[in-house]
Amino acid sequence: MKTNRAVRVPGGLSVRLDVRAFTVVVLLMLLALGASVLLIGTGDFPMSASDVLRSLAGQGTEGQEFIVTELRLPRVLVGLLVGASLGIGGALFQSISRNPLGSPDILGLGQGATAGALTVIVLFSGSANQVALGALAGGLLTGTAIYVLAWKRGVHGYRLVLVGIGVSAVVTAVNGYLLTKSDIVDAARAVVWMTGSLDGRDWDQVWPLLALCAVLVPVVLANSRALRMTEMGDDVSNALGVRVERLRLVLMLSAVLLTASATAAAGPVSFVALTAPQLARRLTRSPGPNLVASMCMGAALLVLADFVSQRAFGAEQLPVGVVTGVVGGVYLLWLLVTERRAGRI
Amino acid sequence: MLPGRRAIRTAGLLVSLAVLVLVALASIAVGAKELSLGQVWHGLFDASGTYADTVVSDRLSRTLLGLLAGAALGLAGAVLQALTRNPLADPGLLGLNAGASAAVVTAITFFGVTSLSGYVWFAFCGAAAVGAIVWFLGGRRGATPVRLVLAGTAISAALYGYLQAVMILDDAALGRMRFWTVGSLASGSDEAVMQVVPFLVVGSLLALLLARPLNAMAMGDDTAKALGADLNRTRALSMLVATMLSGAATAACGPIVFVGLMVPHVVRSFTGPDQRWILPYAAVLSPVLLLGADVLGRIVARPAELQVGIVTAIIGGPVFILLVRRRRTAQL
Amino acid sequence: MSGAQKKNTRRSTVNRLSAENVTLAYDQRVIAEHLSVEIPDHSFTVVVGPNACGKSTLLRALSRMLKPSEGRVLLDGQAIHSLPAKKVARTLGLLPQSSVAPDGITVGDLVARGRYPHQSLLRQWSAEDERVVRESMARTGVADLAERYVDELSGGQRQRVWIAMALAQETPLLLLDEPTTYLDIQHQIDVLDLCADLHEEQGRTLVAVLHDLNHAARYATHLIALREGRVIAQGAPKDIVTAELVEEVFGLRCQVIDDPETGTPLVVPAARASRTKAEATKV
Repeated sequence: MKTNRAVRVPGGLSVRLDVRAFTVVVLLMLLALGASVLLIGTGDFPMSASDVLRSLAGQGTEGQEFIVTELRLPRVLVGLLVGASLGIGGALFQSISRNPLGSPDILGLGQGATAGALTVIVLFSGSANQVALGALAGGLLTGTAIYVLAWKRGVHGYRLVLVGIGVSAVVTAVNGYLLTKSDIVDAARAVVWMTGSLDGRDWDQVWPLLALCAVLVPVVLANSRALRMTEMGDDVSNALGVRVERLRLVLMLSAVLLTASATAAAGPVSFVALTAPQLARRLTRSPGPNLVASMCMGAALLVLADFVSQRAFGAEQLPVGVVTGVVGGVYLLWLLVTERRAGRI
Repeated sequence: MLPGRRAIRTAGLLVSLAVLVLVALASIAVGAKELSLGQVWHGLFDASGTYADTVVSDRLSRTLLGLLAGAALGLAGAVLQALTRNPLADPGLLGLNAGASAAVVTAITFFGVTSLSGYVWFAFCGAAAVGAIVWFLGGRRGATPVRLVLAGTAISAALYGYLQAVMILDDAALGRMRFWTVGSLASGSDEAVMQVVPFLVVGSLLALLLARPLNAMAMGDDTAKALGADLNRTRALSMLVATMLSGAATAACGPIVFVGLMVPHVVRSFTGPDQRWILPYAAVLSPVLLLGADVLGRIVARPAELQVGIVTAIIGGPVFILLVRRRRTAQL
Repeated sequence: MSGAQKKNTRRSTVNRLSAENVTLAYDQRVIAEHLSVEIPDHSFTVVVGPNACGKSTLLRALSRMLKPSEGRVLLDGQAIHSLPAKKVARTLGLLPQSSVAPDGITVGDLVARGRYPHQSLLRQWSAEDERVVRESMARTGVADLAERYVDELSGGQRQRVWIAMALAQETPLLLLDEPTTYLDIQHQIDVLDLCADLHEEQGRTLVAVLHDLNHAARYATHLIALREGRVIAQGAPKDIVTAELVEEVFGLRCQVIDDPETGTPLVVPAARASRTKAEATKV
C-alpha cells in the first residue's frame, strides 16, 4: 500500500514520488502514443505501425511521408494537445471548485465557446478559422464572466460552480435559439462543430495550441503542490502559507485559456474534461488534483476515441466527440461498478 | 418554529398561488390573438363555440401542461437536491434528461415515430430506465450522493454521445430533435396532457409526503437513522418520484433543464432548509416561472414565439446568479 | 509553569505576536472594536469567553485568516499581512476548528502536507521533512496509523492527526482553535497534556481557544478573558480567575476554589436552587 518513495539528488534536489501515480502516468503516455501511431496508420490509405514509425523518423517513402506529416500527424497532434488541455483544465476546475461536477463542461465554458462559434456559423456563415476565433473569444468571455460574477471577497468553490451553471444555462439557451433560427445546412454544420471533431485539422491548429501548452502547463504544474494544499480548506492552506486567492486566479486563468483554445481547435469535445480527472484519480488512487495523470488521461482518451470512431465509422463519418462521450462514460460506469465491489466509495 | 414566521410563510404561499393564477390567466389571454379577460372567462366557464372560445380551449391545454410540468420539474429538482445533498443535482445531472432524449431520438430514427404523443412513452421509458440504472450503479441501498451524481454523469456522457451520433448521421432526426431539445409547451394537446397527468399527480403527492424523511436525511445519514428515518426507503422513493416527475414532464415538453435546478435554490433562500416549505413553494413557483417564461416568449417574438426552455434560462440565469451572489455561503 | 515564566523574563520586552488596536468584522457585522492583545512569548495562552464573544475571531485575526478592517496584527514587529505567506507559515501555525481531509488521503500523507512551507519546487521532500513528519506522528501517538485512511479514524484520532500536521509545520508559534471540541474527557486531557509538553519541553508559544474554563485555568500560563469583543481581564489564571470575573464574563454565579490536584483555580457553578433564588430577588 505504501507507494510513496522519496527521490533525492545530492545538492538538495528532492522530489516525492507516488510510485503508483507515476506508473499510471507512464502507462497512459504509452497508451496515448501507441494509439497515436495506430491512428496515423488508419484511413483510406492504411499503413502498418512500423511504416508509420519509419515515416515519422523520415525514412518512409515519399507518399507515406506526405500522408503522415502533412495529413495525419497534425490531426493526431491536435487530438493529443486538445485532450491534454481538456484533461488538465478539467482537473484544475474540479480541484478549485472542490466538486467533481465543477468541470468546464458544466460551468459553461464549452457552451460559451459554442455560442461564439455558432454566432459565426449561423449569423455570418464564417470560415473554419473565423469559427475557431469566435469559439476562443466566446470561451474567454464566458470564463471571465464566471470569474467576475463569482468573485465576492474571494472565489468560493460552490459559488463558482453555481454561477457557472447559471451562466451555462443562459448561454445554452442562446445556443438553442441560434440553432432553431438557422437553416438546416448551417444547423448540421453547427451540430458537427458542437460535437467536437478532429476532421481536417492541420499544422495551423497545432502551433498555437502547442505554444500555449508549452507556456501554461509548466505554470500550472509549478503551482500544483499549493493546489493540493487548498483541498484541506482555505484556513489550513492559508496557515500553510498558500496565497489561496492569487493561486486560484492564476490557475483559473490558465484553465480557461487551455479549455477555450482546445475548444476553438476541436469544438467542445464533450466529457473529456469531466471524466478524465475522475478516471485518473481512480487509477492513481491518490488524493489531490492528479494534474499530470489527468492530462495524460485526457490525451489518451481523445486519441483512442478518434481511433475508435475512424475504425468503426470511417474517417469523415462520426466526429470524435461522440465517441469520447461514450468511451468516457462507459469507462466511468465500469469503474463505479468495480469500485463498489472493491468496497471503496 | 416561531408562529410569526409560519404565518408569513403561509401568507407567502398564498400570494404565490395568487400570482400563479394570474400567470395562468395571462397564459390563456396572451398570444398571436389577444383575448380580453372577459373573453377568457367566457371561454373557460361559458363556452359557446365562438372563435375566442376555441382559442381559449387550445391555450387551456397548453397552460395546464405548463402548470403540471412546471410543478413536476420544481418538485423533482427539490427532491433530487435533498436526496443527493448536492445543490447542483437536477434531472439533467442525474441523466434522466439524457435518457429521455436518447429514447426520443431512437423513436424518431429507428421506429419512425413522428407524433408528439408517440414520443411521450419513449421519453418516459428512457428516463425511467436511466433512473433505474443510476440507482443500481449508484449503489442501490448503499447509494451515496456522490456516487449517484457520478453515475448520472457517466450515463449522460454515454447517451449524449449516442444522441449526437444519431443526429449527425440522420438529418431528419436533427430536424425534429433540435426543436424538441430546447423544450416547448407548444405541443400541449389534450391528448398529451392526459397521458402524463396521472404520473404528475401521483408523483407530486408522493413528493410532498417525502418532506419529513428528507428533512431528517439532510442532517446526515447517522442523525437521520437516529431520528428513526428509513434511509433506504426514502432514497428509493425519492429516486422513483424524481424519475416519475421529470420523466413525465420531459416527455411532454422536452428537456427543460433549468427550472428544476433553479427554483429550489430561489425557494431555499427565503424558506431555509425545511422541506415541508421548500416542496410546496417549489410546486407553486416553478409553474410561475415556466408559464411566465412561456407568456413572455409569445410576447417578445410575436407572431412567432420563443421556446419556453430558452426563455426560462435567459430570465432564470441572471436571477439565479444574483441569488447565488447574495447568499453568504451558497451551500445546501 | 515556573519554567515557562523564567523563559518569559529572559526574552526582550517585545513579544513576537500581538494585535494592535484591531477592529474585526465579517461583512458588516462588527465582532470587536479597537482590541489590543499581546501574546507573551513562550506562554501557553488560552482565550476564554462566552459563545460569540469573538475569541475564535481573535484567533483568526492573529493567524492572518481574517484581515482586520482597522489596526494591525504584528508578527516580529511587522504587519502580518505584509509578510510573505510562506515566511509567516514557517513561524506561525494554525489548527482551525474544522478541517476537511481530502477524500482517500492517508494519515502519513496528511501529516506530510504540514511540511509545505519548508519545501520548494526543487526541494520537495528532504530527509529533514521525513524526520519531522515521523517525529510529529510519534509525539501525537499516531505513528501506527500512518497507513490508515483519515476518514476511517475516530474523532479523537483524527484530531491528533491534524495536530500532528500542525506540528510538522515546526513553527515556534502555534494557534489552536478549540482543539478539544468533540473529544471525550480522556482525549481532551491527552490533547491538553500534549500542548503543555510542547510548551514546556520545546518552548513553543501556544495560543488556544478553549471552552472549558477549568481546563483553561489548569493548563494556561496566561489567560485572556473576552466578552463582547473586549478584553475583560488577562494574566496568570491564579491572579485573575475569581468568582467576580466569571460572573462578569459568563454571567454565571459560582465559587472559585483551589483545584485539589494542581492548586490552580477551579470554578464550581453555584447550585441551581441558589441561582434561581438570586434571580428572583434581583427582580
